[in-house]
Amino acid sequence: MLVCAFLVVPVVLSVLAGLSQNFFVGVKSGLTLRWVAQVWSLYSGTIFLSLALALECLAATLVLGVPIAYVLARRPGRMARLFEELLVLPVAVPGLATALALILLYGEWRGFRASSLFILVGHVVFTLPFMVRSVLAVMAAMDLVTLEEAAASLGAGFFKRFFGVIVPNARYGILAGALMVVTLSVGEFNITWMLHTPLTKTIPVGLADAYASLRLEIGSAYTIVFFVMIVPLLVVMQWLSRERAPVLAGRK
Amino acid sequence: MRTRENLFLALLALPAMVVFAAFWLLPMARLVSVGASGPRGPAAYLAIVTDANYFASLVSTVTLSIGVTFSTLVVAGIAGMFLQRNDFPGRAVLVSLLTFPLAFPGVVIGFMVIMLAGRQGLIGSVTDALFGSKLVFAYSIAGLFAGYLYFSIPRVILTVMAAVEKLDRALEEAARSLGATPWQVLRDVVLPGLRPALISAGAICFATSMGAFGTAFTLATNINVLPITIYTEFTNYANFSIAAALSLVLGVITWAALAVARTLAGSTVAAAA
Repeated sequence: MLVCAFLVVPVVLSVLAGLSQNFFVGVKSGLTLRWVAQVWSLYSGTIFLSLALALECLAATLVLGVPIAYVLARRPGRMARLFEELLVLPVAVPGLATALALILLYGEWRGFRASSLFILVGHVVFTLPFMVRSVLAVMAAMDLVTLEEAAASLGAGFFKRFFGVIVPNARYGILAGALMVVTLSVGEFNITWMLHTPLTKTIPVGLADAYASLRLEIGSAYTIVFFVMIVPLLVVMQWLSRERAPVLAGRK
Repeated sequence: MRTRENLFLALLALPAMVVFAAFWLLPMARLVSVGASGPRGPAAYLAIVTDANYFASLVSTVTLSIGVTFSTLVVAGIAGMFLQRNDFPGRAVLVSLLTFPLAFPGVVIGFMVIMLAGRQGLIGSVTDALFGSKLVFAYSIAGLFAGYLYFSIPRVILTVMAAVEKLDRALEEAARSLGATPWQVLRDVVLPGLRPALISAGAICFATSMGAFGTAFTLATNINVLPITIYTEFTNYANFSIAAALSLVLGVITWAALAVARTLAGSTVAAAA
């Protein structure tokens, strides 16, 4: 149980620190939202950028990831495995290496380098495998060929089959992948830190900034803001994985 | 018909392939060539062994990661076993709480360590009250160790719990009825059963510890772990070729650790962030 304390206590501490007037004195100095307000005035830009990036990243991984997962599910074999393997590499290799590689190749293109698109690209490469794997896991368990033949024999064209039959059947995989992508994008630091510019800061980058240069209470309050964003996502994700298990089992 | 379908499928796969090639494969190829283009030439890739500084950094990173991996396996193995085998009120909530740190970026984990063991941290105040001296270790190797443990434990707990659930309890009972001591049951029945899970979880632990940048960055320690060395080479000394070479070597190490574990464990090791 010491393990749980080790993991939970610091979280509680930082929440308390972010809400108390003066952490050196302790909670008895009174509770305040002053620090949270200050975080808002200093860093609200990072919050909006993080949200926007997460949504753009989600859109990109949906458009790129769902079709490729479908192709991999339809044509399993050596090539598919090899490609999946390649796709997962950006996760196996430290983000620092990916970020350096992007900077060395594209850093000269000033406009691109300075825009948040640069960070988006890093996030998409990093989160894509999670989307693909999540969708692929569900699609591999479905009998795609039979489903499609049934739909085709009823006269459904490809787009109708894809959006009317395959996507709805894979919705849990897509949803789980989507939550994963958003969570990872909001929390990504290793790649983002290298790719960011003073004008394109995300929440984790702002956090590093606040920890390094501002008083403890502000860093803590900022951490609270981050928790408030990320915890609901995690709760939904866990709820989903619990709900999904029986559904998947029933479909076998 | 079949060729038309193949063409169509290829068309569907194309966008993802193009994006992946443009924004990962090509940049990586560039990284490889930059790594070999410095004053040292291709020998830059050997610098990690030949240069005393980089080698020291490699050794400390590997040692730290191995230490973290084994400690995590022991601690999280016990905790995961306990959580899976015992049902108590609030267990589900506790398990969810334990998994939250999975989604925390390294910087936040660094900050958690500061809250715990920093200059105004909890451990500092407790030891101050008890012994009159503040115990502050957040900014030393012990702090890094604590931070790495922090993000490793949840991953391993989840894997262990899933594996314990699949263990056949009848085997343990059989062993016990044959007169095996609890220790023998653990060594000969439980651990072999958990082996694949422990190997894959351990590999993920090791790989993430090797590449962890945010935690070390926040703690701003004077210990040169490899990611920090790479970062300072790149930003402070603009030593692009060395930074490129070192990060590639680091990437190969983490990738290899995961690949070896996958062959050993015989199942898919899901690489985690």
